[in-house]
Amino acid sequence: MDFKDTPEQAEFRKEVQAWLKANATPKTKDGGRGSQEEAYEKAKAWYKKVYDAGYACPTWPKEYGGAGLTQIHKVIWSQEVAKYDEPDGYFVIGQGNCGPAIMHFATEEQKTSLLPRMASAEDVWCQLFSEPSAGSDVAGLRTKAELKGDKWIVNGQKIWTSGAQHSDYGVVLCRTDTDVSKYRGMTMFFIDMKQPGVDVQPIKQMDGGSHFNEVFFNNAEIPDSQRLGEVGGGWGAALLVLMNERLAISGVQPDGFPEFFELVQSLELNGEPVVNNPVVRDRLATWYTQHAGIKASTNRMLTAVAKGGMPGAEAALGKLVGAVMNQDIANYALQLMADTGAICDESLAPQRAHFQKSVLFAPGIRLAGGTDEVMRNIIAEQVLGLPQEPRADKGMAFKDIPSGNQH
Amino acid sequence: MNFDFSEDQKFIQEQARNFLASECDTARVRQTLEGEQAYDQALWQQIVELGWPATAISEDQGGLGLGYLELCVIAEELGRVVAPVPFIASVYLATEAIKLAADKAQQDTWLPQLAAGEWIGCLATQESAGALTTENLNTTVTDGSLSGKKTAVLHGEVADKAVVLAAEDGQPALYLVDLTAAGVTRKALTSIDPTLPLAELSFDQAPCEKLASSADTVAILSTLFDRAAVLLSFEQIGGCDAALNMGKEYTMGRYAFGRQVASFQAIKHKFADMFVATELARSNAYYGAWALSADDVELPLAAATARVSAIDAYYESSKENIQAHGGMGFTWEFDCHLYYRRAQALSLILGGNPQWKELLVERLLRIKAA
Repeated sequence: MDFKDTPEQAEFRKEVQAWLKANATPKTKDGGRGSQEEAYEKAKAWYKKVYDAGYACPTWPKEYGGAGLTQIHKVIWSQEVAKYDEPDGYFVIGQGNCGPAIMHFATEEQKTSLLPRMASAEDVWCQLFSEPSAGSDVAGLRTKAELKGDKWIVNGQKIWTSGAQHSDYGVVLCRTDTDVSKYRGMTMFFIDMKQPGVDVQPIKQMDGGSHFNEVFFNNAEIPDSQRLGEVGGGWGAALLVLMNERLAISGVQPDGFPEFFELVQSLELNGEPVVNNPVVRDRLATWYTQHAGIKASTNRMLTAVAKGGMPGAEAALGKLVGAVMNQDIANYALQLMADTGAICDESLAPQRAHFQKSVLFAPGIRLAGGTDEVMRNIIAEQVLGLPQEPRADKGMAFKDIPSGNQH
Repeated sequence: MNFDFSEDQKFIQEQARNFLASECDTARVRQTLEGEQAYDQALWQQIVELGWPATAISEDQGGLGLGYLELCVIAEELGRVVAPVPFIASVYLATEAIKLAADKAQQDTWLPQLAAGEWIGCLATQESAGALTTENLNTTVTDGSLSGKKTAVLHGEVADKAVVLAAEDGQPALYLVDLTAAGVTRKALTSIDPTLPLAELSFDQAPCEKLASSADTVAILSTLFDRAAVLLSFEQIGGCDAALNMGKEYTMGRYAFGRQVASFQAIKHKFADMFVATELARSNAYYGAWALSADDVELPLAAATARVSAIDAYYESSKENIQAHGGMGFTWEFDCHLYYRRAQALSLILGGNPQWKELLVERLLRIKAA
């Protein structure tokens, strides 16, 4: 057991540190978030800079715009860039989910033309799986693709699509056969998001922001050459994408602890730092064990990955624990601020109203990428080997399955 | 980075698991639980022959010269089977106390004996309820003999010698006392986990030998408890695994409403939560093991984290395993209570969860300030 870099890794770390020092923006005391649009423009510029320096998508082969390095190099990169105020991870859905799908299923010509532009964020990608009637039961999706000549005509609606408003392309899962059971009638494609048949509408979230979108397809077209995998093989392809998603998001799930630790040391109640309060210390200890546990679990998983394994369903753990904790911490932080906790003005609330924003955004994190209950099912079924819940739609043709809101 | 045990260490663990699976099933544990014996002498003898108490003792002091990582994997297996032997008292507590507080000559005498299992050691520190203190000790040493009373001494009734916390001229230090000598009275107490029996030790001018390097008693006890906390956390995650597996197997084989009980989400989610708590505890224990084996400055924080996490996880797993069994889980006949009792006992040795949470926060703030 050790946490040392190998000589080669240490060399890489040094090189990355030197490059970041010359090129990245240092962190300032209170971070300062700009508008969503500014953040996007900043991320685009940063990714291009990273790409030009050869550090984009470190694990991708060089011919596809990557650096041809290992998962551990990617971790080293992330550790170092986290010390700066740069948006590492902004395009994680495209690069982390869509990238592997293209790498696995697209033609060589498509790969060499599309992937480098994805790596440099010149092209932005989104993932279109969820639908109004297909959330946790994502295989219940109904967006229809029909083959006309050598083109698929797409009609339907996707929802909760991150970054769709900026996207040039999307990886989309469609229903191509309703006469077979639901898992067998899906096909995966990549689609040109800038065509007339694609309409992106932002969703106004409960926190007032608009991070996610609805996407409407109205006779949108996809050439058959943009099919990813076999007709009817969409579910298997989607699972591959989701497995990569676990790797992409592992260790990046915010759990709120560092911000909370800073808060309890700076906030005073009745003339004393709140960290002196035994009740607060009890919560601090519990949350620290979870925070440290997630971090150490990630290190165990990365060790396994470095030895050639794939991240298992265990990765669901970090998301499940971190997202709940993030919400509870934000709530508790507001409680500590007492009456002034309700003040959301960035200029007045601690850490530019981080906790006020978090308490309103956190419910969404618990839903995105699988609800708490879905995460528990994944752990119970895929890790512990417990039986699936009996399914009422088993063996039925898709067209006969009731779904969505029926009242 | 390599945050995992080595192939050799995993091999040691597998050997330990196989040995204990065949030699220490719960029927065997129940012989001690039900009071037929204070500990399993035959099993202890086998464990001594396998050299487990010698694991983290250096070769020139009669040990195997392996290390704490090897001891951690053995601890996990002992915890998994709720082993009714004085391993915690003799190995994690007495042996480590001697390694930390005895001088070279004393170590050269005692450690080879402990490595060979010639005597069983225990640690006697506690005088009353509450956090351990080295101040105002009622156990005192005058003219080389020790008097006073210690309580909740793990395996105190069966140990041959005890490392005792006492004060001489108001200065706390550690002393080795032969428990078979004149002036020592032992009284068995009723422990919440009879497989980890407790005793009250009374000393009336008992002969004792001072552990020569124990002057900085506060620091020594702190390090001793940190080491033991990491080792105990492995016993605890072994127990978590066992409780989870027990509940899983039972609910997979039991049917209600026409289907496997384990197929209900309410049950699956219970097991998922047990798994999550156990995995977090395991990861924290691994970090503790690393800090222990590397003698890193982070040991105090890592140990407290491993300890709190393991206490929480074992409580969660052992209590929910009972619930997953329904009424049968509440019977003496079913083994659920073995894990529940052990979870309680392990959480209380070295001080309970609130004490360790407080230590954790103190240490976290100290690191931040440094």
